[in-house]
Amino acid sequence: MSDRPAHIGQPHLRHNALRHLAGRGAYVSDLQLPRMLHAAFLRSPMAHGLITALDVEEARTAPGVVAVFTAAELNARCKSWTSGLGHFAGMVSVPQNILAEREVLWAGHPVAMVVARSRAEAEDACERILLDLDELEPVSGVDEVLLPGAPLAADGLESNLCFRTELKTEGVAQAFARAAHVVEGDYAFGRHTPVTLEPRAVVADYTPSSGQLTVHHGTQTPYQFQDIYARQFGLPDHKVRVIAPDVGGSFGMKLHLYNEEMAAVAATLILHRPVRFVADRLESFVSDIHAREHHVRARMALDADGTILAMDVEDRTPIGAFSAYPRTSVVEGNQSIRLMGAPYRMPDYRGELKVLFQNKVQASQYRAVGHPIACQVTEALVDQAAALLNIDPWEIRARNVVPDDAYPCTSPTGYQFEKLSHEKSLRLLREMIDYDGLRRDQAELRNAGIHRGIGLATFVEITNPGAAFYGVGGARISAQDGAVVRLTPGGEVHCAISVTEQGQGTETIMAQIVADQLGVNPDQVKVTTGDTDTTPSGGAAWACRGAGIGGETALRAGRKLARRIAEIAGAVLQADPDTLALRDGAVVDAATGVERLTLAEVGRIATYRPETLPAGTDNSLSVAQHFAPTGYPFGFTNGVQAALVEVDVETGMVRLLKHWVVEDCGRIINPLLVDEQIRGGVVQGLGPALFEECLYDENGQLQNGSLADYLVPMACEMPDIIIGHVETPTEDTILGAKGVGEAGTAAAGAAVMNAVNDALSPFGARLMQTPMTPARILAALCVGQG
Amino acid sequence: MKPPPFDYQLADSVSQALDLYARSEGDALWLAGGHSIVPSLALRLQAPSLLIDISRLPELMGITLTEEGLRIGALATHAQILSDPLVRTHAPLLSEAAAHVAHPAIRNRATFGGNLVLADPASEFPAVVRCLDAVFDIVGPEGARQVGVEDFFLDLFTTALEPGEILRSVLIPPAPASLRCGFDELARRHGDFAMVGAAVWLVVAEGVTTEARICFHSVGPTPMRATLVEEALRGRPLAADEINAAQAVLGNDLDPADDVTLPGATRLHLARVLLGRILHRLAGQTAMETAA
Ligand SMILES: Cc1cc2nc3c(=O)[nH]c(=O)nc-3n(C[C@H](O)[C@H](O)[C@H](O)COP(=O)(O)OP(=O)(O)OC[C@H]3O[C@@H](n4cnc5c(N)ncnc54)[C@H](O)[C@@H]3O)c2cc1C
Repeated sequence: MSDRPAHIGQPHLRHNALRHLAGRGAYVSDLQLPRMLHAAFLRSPMAHGLITALDVEEARTAPGVVAVFTAAELNARCKSWTSGLGHFAGMVSVPQNILAEREVLWAGHPVAMVVARSRAEAEDACERILLDLDELEPVSGVDEVLLPGAPLAADGLESNLCFRTELKTEGVAQAFARAAHVVEGDYAFGRHTPVTLEPRAVVADYTPSSGQLTVHHGTQTPYQFQDIYARQFGLPDHKVRVIAPDVGGSFGMKLHLYNEEMAAVAATLILHRPVRFVADRLESFVSDIHAREHHVRARMALDADGTILAMDVEDRTPIGAFSAYPRTSVVEGNQSIRLMGAPYRMPDYRGELKVLFQNKVQASQYRAVGHPIACQVTEALVDQAAALLNIDPWEIRARNVVPDDAYPCTSPTGYQFEKLSHEKSLRLLREMIDYDGLRRDQAELRNAGIHRGIGLATFVEITNPGAAFYGVGGARISAQDGAVVRLTPGGEVHCAISVTEQGQGTETIMAQIVADQLGVNPDQVKVTTGDTDTTPSGGAAWACRGAGIGGETALRAGRKLARRIAEIAGAVLQADPDTLALRDGAVVDAATGVERLTLAEVGRIATYRPETLPAGTDNSLSVAQHFAPTGYPFGFTNGVQAALVEVDVETGMVRLLKHWVVEDCGRIINPLLVDEQIRGGVVQGLGPALFEECLYDENGQLQNGSLADYLVPMACEMPDIIIGHVETPTEDTILGAKGVGEAGTAAAGAAVMNAVNDALSPFGARLMQTPMTPARILAALCVGQG
Repeated sequence: MKPPPFDYQLADSVSQALDLYARSEGDALWLAGGHSIVPSLALRLQAPSLLIDISRLPELMGITLTEEGLRIGALATHAQILSDPLVRTHAPLLSEAAAHVAHPAIRNRATFGGNLVLADPASEFPAVVRCLDAVFDIVGPEGARQVGVEDFFLDLFTTALEPGEILRSVLIPPAPASLRCGFDELARRHGDFAMVGAAVWLVVAEGVTTEARICFHSVGPTPMRATLVEEALRGRPLAADEINAAQAVLGNDLDPADDVTLPGATRLHLARVLLGRILHRLAGQTAMETAA
């Protein structure tokens, strides 16, 4: 193999960016197939009701309409699905079908599907469908939903409790009893939604003559959907091909099962023509998963010198009328209660989770699942403690984080940490931000009536999940990945791999990793992703696993091929393969570096002149490798963020002045891409901290379901984001990489919330709810309340 | 989000446009910059059979200075309002406000006339033209008529324009000497419709406010004049105490309703803060140069 790593760690530009810039992106939204039809849906206008009449006859004869489907036609084509994971004991959720049959469960629930020559005609025809509903009382609150006699979110439920669990160490009660100080709060986090630039898109195409179903699907997990389509529609999985080409943002939103995608597949199975569904923005708001509404009551016990003794947390998180499939909507809350206090040496902990049903859009995993909640609650309590004990916020963190020499260790919630670097990260951050200088400026400006705040947030991120995540729960979600790497006859390299690309640079880093194993340049490595027919099966993109698990897969595949090349070259050269190495596109003598045979020559001989090789030489220039993490169940990473804000205390407006992140994702494969992951993640964390919230009324109607009213963070409001690195590779893999995609999102909101509260501290005001809107900030200041 | 089917006709002249409208039997809408009407069609909030494109009518173009004042054609884009030298000189309040209207891409297409006719209560220009005492030049099947701004904005998205009438231009009367004016707004993000905004137009002679027009947007169904505030300022020095007194009476002028993101009381508070900030800024400013 190559003995000279030259590309791992280098700031290579992202391969596919040029293609995207040139307008050559290939998104499902842009796909045009011959004879393709377009789908639109009639959706329930009510959050909860019973269908009393549904008449589609008028729609059938509308211009351009090819078919109109109701539950009677579509649901019969597809097995129903019920969300659950074996390790979430006691979890319940009602079965789901493609279209609402009797009961509608949220405002937006698809009731009928129109398939027409164009989307406009399909929408016109939807207006001709008559739907009558008897309204049922919608479940929309939080406090009252578990009371006896409360209306239920769906028929078949016994209560609105989806799941309850409790984690508890022995000494919690004692810790609180002997604590010198207890800080506490009720924290509320608003529902928000990912808002990908490209909405959900699918083109389903069934060919009866070959029995082949091809689904062009803008998803991050093509193999998962191959399996779902095969099982739900009763097809052998090799006859189901899922192609995920360029995907315009995903963020966890595009790995859940949605009614509309299933409907498109059912429709093509019936109509034998390609059927396209692309959500428009209004549909996205009422059908894409929402995320992270939490209501948390939390306490933290500390001793007299500010040492954290214990936390006690109750987290209630409403999810919609059923749990999402196939990963469940419980994982969010499960991670939230398990990540509480994770950075700190905290001996005792109690965490209780209640996952609740409501008649709203389903809520489920979204970038940084559970992390922002755990981080925001923990870090708010730490700041409250610092204020109470009059300890500097940086200092109290430095005193309490798990020391860098205390690893491996286990958190009171059961997470095993291999090696984290909180102390180093805190020290680096302090230097980077000139903490003392910031505090000096803050004090001076305060005298001038300018209220700046500095917020810190340490965090732990879950990456590189093993099969403990979903597999053990019985879900058919792969924890392993696969790659086929081959040397072309011309001496170039091709890598087909199961991890997928949604703009994060997967293909670029795979090329860097493979290049290093084979002694070539990354631009000599073509990487193929996102097609279940042409790449091996694997987990693809979720939970920050691409670099750590996919990267290790590519590395091992590359090494296997390197060995094969050395063996073939050894046979040709009559040399011991162990004396050969791959460098600069050639097989060289490892000791002297003298070139012996170019890779092009190896490719030529093995492909066109195999008969010249000694008998028994394996001329396979394609190798396959699968890899599943063993060792630690998760590869945890860590870091710390800081925010500098200015609050206008008369208007409640917050200006983000600067944001810093120190992050330790283990081996950095490409610093440019790591930094962009962090920056994008930070912005996605700042959004729900300040702007984003799905606002519902008591009837379960979304009040701001358009981009005119739902505020996503925009460039003008975003601060400069400055990034520093600590590098602690994992020893579980050769590569040593962990994930980084969710780190920014995990703690950005916590840092900003602490910064806003720091700014407001002279007024004795404190916010415990996000987004921190001007109205809420003024309310906290008791200003402008009439 | 696809519009229902409609026909489209490009008009070459006002008379042809009026003709097309007459033949549509009232089932047509004018299309100018399209930045409000096209989204509303896509949202299926409106479903006219015909869109008559008036965006190339020469009679609606141009920004000219006349004896009576500054005449702004209805088709002037927001971008022109922002940068046109005549507007900057003779109606600086408008160019100041234009910087807050949407984003550059939208300002390049959206028209001044379309914005005023739409009469979105959250819009900036309606508040400004109310301060400027503008006169609307309207043509219809019966000929032309002039409507003063005080009679133009009637209610939420409702103006004195009758169906089938076209707003041709808007006249801004000449600015008096010793004019001080300022515009500002509070918006969650750059380019968003504001939580509250205000246009302030004062004549201040020797430190004393002699005339005042103050108009808010996003606080009621129409651009809202704060007449009691104006009264409180008139005849008094423009100084801290008087500004406080003016802020104090704003609650009698405005009574914004609660909405999903902002309680009415908080909106009123924001209006008061904004008013104070603009007035203090103007108090510190010497009279602007008015054009000869
Ligand atoms: C993303 C976005 C952000 C925006 N932000 C703001 C903002 O912050 N502030 C703001 O004020 N506006 C904002 N707007 C609205 C923008 O200013 C509109 O385009 C404007 O209000 C309408 O102008 P138009 O030329 O596009 O009119 P059109 O959309 O073409 O027409 C609007 C209405 O006026 C009628 N009409 C147009 N011209 C005439 C005329 N000459 N005579 C009679 N009737 C006519 C049309 O029939 C239609 O009913 C925003 C728009 C978008 C898309």
